[in-house]
Amino acid sequence: MRVPGAEYPHLCTQCHDYPCVAACPVDALSVDKDISAVIVNKEKCTSCKACILVCPGRIPFLHPGDNKATVCDLCSGDPQCAKVCTEGGWGVLRVVDRAKSHSYKLYARRPNDVTRNLVTIIFGERGKELI
Amino acid sequence: MRGYAGKFSEIDLSTGEIREIHLNEEVLKQYLGGRGLATKILWDSLGKKWETVNPLGPENILTVLAGPLTGYYPGGRMCISGKSPLTLGIVGSTVAGEHAIDMRCAGYDGLIVKGRAGKPVYLLVTDDGVEIKDASHVWGKDRIETYKILTKEGTAELEKRSPNSREWREPSILHIGPAGEKMSRVAAVQSKWAHGAGYGGYGAVMGSKNLKAILFKGMGPLPEVWDIERTKELIWQIAKINFSSDSMRRWGTGAAGYDVGARLSSEPVRNWQEEWHDEKSFGVDKFEERVWVKRYWGDFGCPTTCEKLAVVKAGPFKGAISDNPDYEIQAYGGTNLGIFTPEENVHICSVMEDLGFCGIQGGNVAGFAAELYQRGILTKDDLGFELSWGDAEAFTRLLRLIADRRGVGDILAEGTYRAALKLGKMKGLDLTKYAVVEKGMGIGAHGIRSKLDYVEAVSYPCSVQGGDHTSPAQRYIRKSDSELTAMLHDCGVYCWFNISEDAALELIWDFIQTVTGWPITADEWYNNMALRILAIQRAVLLLSGPDIIWKPITDDDIPARWYEPLPSGPYAGRAADKKELEEDRRKYFEAVGWNEEGIPKSSELKRLDLIDVDGKLRSFLNSR
Repeated sequence: MRVPGAEYPHLCTQCHDYPCVAACPVDALSVDKDISAVIVNKEKCTSCKACILVCPGRIPFLHPGDNKATVCDLCSGDPQCAKVCTEGGWGVLRVVDRAKSHSYKLYARRPNDVTRNLVTIIFGERGKELI
Repeated sequence: MRGYAGKFSEIDLSTGEIREIHLNEEVLKQYLGGRGLATKILWDSLGKKWETVNPLGPENILTVLAGPLTGYYPGGRMCISGKSPLTLGIVGSTVAGEHAIDMRCAGYDGLIVKGRAGKPVYLLVTDDGVEIKDASHVWGKDRIETYKILTKEGTAELEKRSPNSREWREPSILHIGPAGEKMSRVAAVQSKWAHGAGYGGYGAVMGSKNLKAILFKGMGPLPEVWDIERTKELIWQIAKINFSSDSMRRWGTGAAGYDVGARLSSEPVRNWQEEWHDEKSFGVDKFEERVWVKRYWGDFGCPTTCEKLAVVKAGPFKGAISDNPDYEIQAYGGTNLGIFTPEENVHICSVMEDLGFCGIQGGNVAGFAAELYQRGILTKDDLGFELSWGDAEAFTRLLRLIADRRGVGDILAEGTYRAALKLGKMKGLDLTKYAVVEKGMGIGAHGIRSKLDYVEAVSYPCSVQGGDHTSPAQRYIRKSDSELTAMLHDCGVYCWFNISEDAALELIWDFIQTVTGWPITADEWYNNMALRILAIQRAVLLLSGPDIIWKPITDDDIPARWYEPLPSGPYAGRAADKKELEEDRRKYFEAVGWNEEGIPKSSELKRLDLIDVDGKLRSFLNSR
């Protein structure tokens, strides 16, 4: 937590225009036809980090194990993070029907920016001092 | 070996030497980790000369250890230990946060810190190893400033090392506040803003080593387990059990601030002069209405999220930030000081956290000072201001006095018991009767006089951790909240709250076996392993020193205050009974294999393979 108490999930929001896929110079990233998640072809990936830099939320990362790009693959259509959040009774994460939502980019932001807004909401005017 | 990263780092701050050490599998199998392993490490290094080791000198060792279950069992914690400046024994003090998990992901099961740095430093623990860094710029800073500066600095350092490999999340931090830097025995090792390892006074040990903070960031996986599929299943089962603990999730421990006082009559009120109150203004619903800004706050992997976030939104204390406050600090930063409003309570908590106090020890010593003022023993001339019950401004000034070690604050910074001895000498009075402490350590906010709370008369006097309410001795030693069970949680190093449901406790033996592959059973734990750790902890408590030596029986007593009858409430008139305590104490000593004086028996120590402990203890006791 950059600011304790102001923790939030930092996840891929599945942008409709897939900047990460477009930015990949070696076509290692592709969009799955059925579930529209981004799939990484680890063999083609050259670890150039283009996908990370172009992502509005800087969500992808190089896996410390194999040093290849790692992007959310929606757990083959059944995202476990949303599932556990519902079962735990928090209901913060949920799967949104793609056709009904068009504001993906609203949520795809850098953690620092989100934290800055969040602390102001939680802590009021003192929020600015805290980050 | 499964469940362990496999290596520990030994850091000598005096020479700047850092080396990796590997512990024998047999040792880990016997002591697991956390509190147990700390006991073993400390005994092996300091046991021979225990009574001469100054807990605040460079010869003391600070252990920062995780356990085999940390990161797997929901709710990971870090266990801080060393020779305690309060009890002079070994206290396994745990603190929540991601640091222990980060440390294990970086490949370490623990840090063993020796010596004393020449100037303020902090440690950076990453996959590349442990580094010592300069901390002059954060020395003297409060929790928010320290956290802000180190978070920025740590993140920048990680970004510099591997730019663009990811959006770096900040490192986890353990730090101390100004009180710890000044070696106040009531200082805590803190994490985030409101977490702390308070019992034991290890903030002062870190301060004595000129160690301001420890930063952790690990990028690797957690250590391999024996059976990964079964571990996943168990984690999920435990999570589900905790999802159902409604009251803990909804209210945290904050519900107890009213409940323990009004219903159980066991909450400290005005330095334990009373244990009952019926202040509706202290109900948890008032806290929710007036100060809570966030209802759930969980650290990594925690299904319970008992922590809440509180901010004072208006009035003279505007801007004060704390957690719940949780029950202990509600009591010690509230009722114990005669404070009964959420805003003032959050303010006092916030001040204690800013200054780096343990909420329990800080509230205990402040309450003690206020009682001396009430009785005219401390005067306005001594303090420089009036200190009446419920005056939050005055208590704020008092706490600042203690943190800065100015005037009478210098004496109070030594903790309630030592302050009582010293002030008593100065005033020519016996002040220890106003000190509600056990083996020099302020007692947790659960009294025994009404006989309704979970603690018993023997809980504190027989505990090897002094007044620790999270490690209370119980006559039935296998009880779910007994010292030996609590010790298991401190050795596996995970949160007690996530195992408070019986259903979760039943799974723990399976969990340990699944992670480590060692067939550790309840019988093995209660008959051998736990008794071994307990015996060493008891032995070092008897050795104590150098400034105070605890006498068996005489010092295994409850505070004098608890023999006075409760003055108010539905259970007025109830008090502790000396005869009953003596009887229970004898039974307890018998159950754990100690003689009638509470000295571990030679035969028992031989059985537990602790012949050196026996030798040292006998020669020490004979020489007195």
